[in-house]
Amino acid sequence: MRALTILKNAAFILALPLLLILLWWLGTLGGTNFYVPTPLQLIVTFFQTWFGERMVEDVLPSIGRLFAGIALTIAIGIAVGVVIGLFRPLRRVLEPLLEFFRAVPPPVLVPLLMLIIGVNDQMKVTVIVSGAVWPVLLNTVEGVRGTDQIMRDTARSYRMTRTQQLLHLVLPAASPQILTGVRQSLPIALILMVISEMFGSSTGLGLSILQFQRNFAIPEMWSGILVLGLIGFGLSIAFRIVERRILRWYHGLREVQREG
Amino acid sequence: MTTTPVRFSTTPRTGAVVLQGLAGIAGFLLLWELVTRTDLISSRFLPPASEVILRLVDYIRDLQFWRDTGETMASWAIGLAIAVVAATIAGFAIGSSRFLEHATRSTIEFLRPIPSVALIPLAVLLFGTKMQSSLLLIVYASFWQVLIQVIYGTLDVDPVAAETARSYRLTRLQRVRYVVWPTALPYLMTGIRLAAAVALILAITAELIIGTPGLGKQIALTQSGGDVTGMYALVLATGMIGVLINLIARFVEKRVLAWHASVRSEAAA
Repeated sequence: MRALTILKNAAFILALPLLLILLWWLGTLGGTNFYVPTPLQLIVTFFQTWFGERMVEDVLPSIGRLFAGIALTIAIGIAVGVVIGLFRPLRRVLEPLLEFFRAVPPPVLVPLLMLIIGVNDQMKVTVIVSGAVWPVLLNTVEGVRGTDQIMRDTARSYRMTRTQQLLHLVLPAASPQILTGVRQSLPIALILMVISEMFGSSTGLGLSILQFQRNFAIPEMWSGILVLGLIGFGLSIAFRIVERRILRWYHGLREVQREG
Repeated sequence: MTTTPVRFSTTPRTGAVVLQGLAGIAGFLLLWELVTRTDLISSRFLPPASEVILRLVDYIRDLQFWRDTGETMASWAIGLAIAVVAATIAGFAIGSSRFLEHATRSTIEFLRPIPSVALIPLAVLLFGTKMQSSLLLIVYASFWQVLIQVIYGTLDVDPVAAETARSYRLTRLQRVRYVVWPTALPYLMTGIRLAAAVALILAITAELIIGTPGLGKQIALTQSGGDVTGMYALVLATGMIGVLINLIARFVEKRVLAWHASVRSEAAA
């Protein structure tokens, strides 16, 4: 019985992708379409292009910058967000400013930071951080602000120190909101990783796929799109695993509330 | 959403809040002016706030600026509209059937995280620097935002309401109109609000990198021309457009969902 359910689930997961690939294969069977390679061609190109020198020279540095950017984004976003969230006057004064910074489309920061920092790794990481930090920061502010007043008073009357309050009350209470912010900022970080490399770079994924297109290396270009897609996919899976671990208590709580 | 207890003694009136916000903005501009005037930061990197604002005023009186803004907003609006309509239809279709929802889930989960900037080379190849290039990126990015929300929304239908509708013999179309639609509408509005912001990002990105006409292209031009003040002025302008879009989206959301409990309770609090 269980094997049957697993089989059924597998069918649901695989059926449509396989169908689409089949359609794509049939559509390119003639092999004359200039813009679209056949599935087999794409897979061969994918391995030839990316598993070799390029992996070390383009892919890994890009991913390294992406992770550095994400780590800094989360650290800075939470730290600054907690401070702003805890002090009401500060929040009032900064709120419109932060709304403005969030609303600036992050890609316009690339030419700005290129001018200030120059074209190097620091610039690319800074671009990622300065664009992706706002969702984390603003959601942290919201989460910290929304901490239950009674719990706060209780913590204070139990004479918990400030650090204890922060670690055991404020941060856990804000964590669902913080993770919402992180989820919003991950795609922005990935977009900015690509864009920062398309703008006057010497290495990186973004530049490579742009060069393939300029040289009309169409299968290579598609394989680059596939690489970016896989990174995005991997990122969203990784996030979901981390979220499930951190927020296990929260999802449990929600379920109990819903049943009650 | 839980309502936090309001302590009236420490809640100032909206006037005071606005004033504090304005003080924040003024303080920021003053600080900016100071660090540049005292040469703490070279004006090569950051021109004084006053110069940037004066330039922005110049732009506002310049017809070309409005033409560029028009181009950006046109591709934003068209792209967003296409994405919203397509995603709403697809979302209702998928959400109305358990089978379709299960069968499409893996494909959606794979396609959605593909960053739309990965499609830049494809857009250039197919459309060059025409507006369609921007549209391709905008539609791809905003489509998923709306689609996911609509599917969630249609799945959120109260089972009791759905069964009631069925026992009253409402037709399929009527059920969609009177049961599914009202349930999914808040989700749809959230999706549109998110998509509106994403669409602007992609519109500017396409102009900046591909060179389709609009504000983003203008920013790239000021950058390559070394016109730092102009570049900062245009960045400010794009930020203002972003704020405006957020405000309008929130306003529309509130208006459309005025009947909905989440908005009603917020207004009462």
